[in-house]
Amino acid sequence: MSNLSSSWSVTEPSRLSKWVAGVVVVLYTFITLLPLVWIISTGFKSGQDSISYPPKVVFEPSLEGYVNLFTTRTRVAAEEFQKLPPAETWYDQIVRDQGMVIAGPSRFGERFMNSVIIGFGSTALSILLGTLAAYAFSRFKVPLKDDLLFFILSTRMMPPIAVAIPIYLMYRELGLSDTHLGMILLYTAVNISLAVWLLKGFIDEIPREYEEAALIDGYTRFQAFRKVVLPQAATGIASTAIFCLIFAWNEYAFAVLLTSGNAQTAPPFIPTIIGVGGQDWPAVAAGATLFLLPVMIFTILLRKHLLRGITFGAVRK
Amino acid sequence: MAEVTLSNLSKSYGATQALSDVTLTIPDGAFVVLLGPTGAGKTTTLRLIAGLDRPDAGDIRIGGASVLADTPAQRDVAMVFQQYSLYPHLTVRENLAFPLRSPMIAMPEPQIAQRVKEVAEVLRIPHKLDNKATALSGGEMQRVSIGRALVRNPRIYLMDEPLSSLDAKLRADLRIELKRIHADMGATFLYVTHDQIEAMTMATHVGVLDQGRLAQFGTPRQIYEEPVTAYVASRLGQPHINLLPADAFGAAPPNAAQIGLRPEHIHVGEGQEATITRVEHLGDQTRLHLALGPHSLITLTEPHTPLKPGQTLHIRPMNPLWFDASGTRI
Repeated sequence: MSNLSSSWSVTEPSRLSKWVAGVVVVLYTFITLLPLVWIISTGFKSGQDSISYPPKVVFEPSLEGYVNLFTTRTRVAAEEFQKLPPAETWYDQIVRDQGMVIAGPSRFGERFMNSVIIGFGSTALSILLGTLAAYAFSRFKVPLKDDLLFFILSTRMMPPIAVAIPIYLMYRELGLSDTHLGMILLYTAVNISLAVWLLKGFIDEIPREYEEAALIDGYTRFQAFRKVVLPQAATGIASTAIFCLIFAWNEYAFAVLLTSGNAQTAPPFIPTIIGVGGQDWPAVAAGATLFLLPVMIFTILLRKHLLRGITFGAVRK
Repeated sequence: MAEVTLSNLSKSYGATQALSDVTLTIPDGAFVVLLGPTGAGKTTTLRLIAGLDRPDAGDIRIGGASVLADTPAQRDVAMVFQQYSLYPHLTVRENLAFPLRSPMIAMPEPQIAQRVKEVAEVLRIPHKLDNKATALSGGEMQRVSIGRALVRNPRIYLMDEPLSSLDAKLRADLRIELKRIHADMGATFLYVTHDQIEAMTMATHVGVLDQGRLAQFGTPRQIYEEPVTAYVASRLGQPHINLLPADAFGAAPPNAAQIGLRPEHIHVGEGQEATITRVEHLGDQTRLHLALGPHSLITLTEPHTPLKPGQTLHIRPMNPLWFDASGTRI
């Protein structure tokens, strides 16, 4: 009887539709994750395994890619190679196994740090400016508010790269080319419109009564903003920060154009690895895998805040 | 505690005139209740005193000094909002402690703990102190919201229908509690309500607002017994005052356009014949709905009346209130 009644329920999905939904979700997940699995596994393959056909799904894991990623190596003549003292470290040994010796560290670590500084720096700056601007737009009487908001949005109406040449010339004149500050300012300029619009939406949803209550409770407007508005905007700030970071972290075109020596980020650097001593796919894959981690960790750390509903129901409407 | 004076206060929001030319003195230690329908300017008055809005004209003085240039924090007032406005990211305890931790008060933590505990007991929420503010029922939120005002010792308490969402029992209890706080602490209250029982039981003074204007200000008895207009008369009294054409019972004073009859102004037993249309037994009293010719009116009778609909009785006015064509009492 209960079986019958549940199969006729209006609100409960039927067994068939649950099945179909399940299959679709699993299939979609598989398709989405496949490239990721491919990259991560290639990073742990040896040079031979990485180019074998058909591709090896089961292989002997190797750290060759990671060692190559962080080192530069030179090939030495066979008779010289014999005379070398035995390898001192495990990574020395991995390089020797390829018939080479370590010449020195690669620039990957440095480029990766550049990405971290520029990515997180511009995200922090976008969020700081975006939150303050969004709060002002949400709460104060700003002259020409709608026009200003539209103007801010309009900066995203063309692809940022469309203004690459003026920016290139401007940066050269200002001495901002190939500097961390220059890249932080550039990515902030691109992200700020997104940040202002997203955050304004979130702050609009926070009832003014909270701040008014705090003002009467003896706080200044800035203190009320910090103690009452900010904690409640945490959800919005977290999701906006993730969007900003993803853009700044992945940006390639400006990075190629404006950075080379000092402030080059990881995206333009990783493809150059392939040119060092043949097609070193494991090293490229290892670089791509490491490159994925910060955004992933950042997103997981902020996941709690992404769940909405923190403020639900505290004000009677 | 302090005397609060409003002089010629006006405020409009866009095209809406919320308050016009209101002059009112809230004496030190008074419990002033503002009555009026939605849109009469009650909440606006509270917001202006609190400093959340700036008046277009007029002055607000607290303790003799104008506060127009002061921030809400500097005015040292406490306010209970109609929407409870509890800080949703804080616990009940943190909500109650919030004003005491402000830079204006900055009370030492041990004292805060003590004060929060006292207030929680008065409001019967000590077992909820560690709950998130969002995990409370509506009535509990309202109590925390009142508590956040009561932890302080401000110059005036501003309350915007604080008891409106509570159940009848709790409302009656808190009414007595607020009155006790008023009496014990000598605190000054400005209290907005729709509820006539709240007005009559708690108020030392009642102000009646009519479309942004102060129609009358006086003691609850004055407002009830000597209303200056038909509008004021209709704000107080359960059942409502009966307003009939002046000649409904024959002779009327010159200029009178309306006769106002509260239940106690209707003498039963002689006079004109009226038909009972409905009998409402409310337990402690019984309401009689009467038809007097084309007019209908309501009066009270004893709880166990044998009267039935369809029966007739004789009524005549006794010390009625008379109003002229503009609604002003004669």
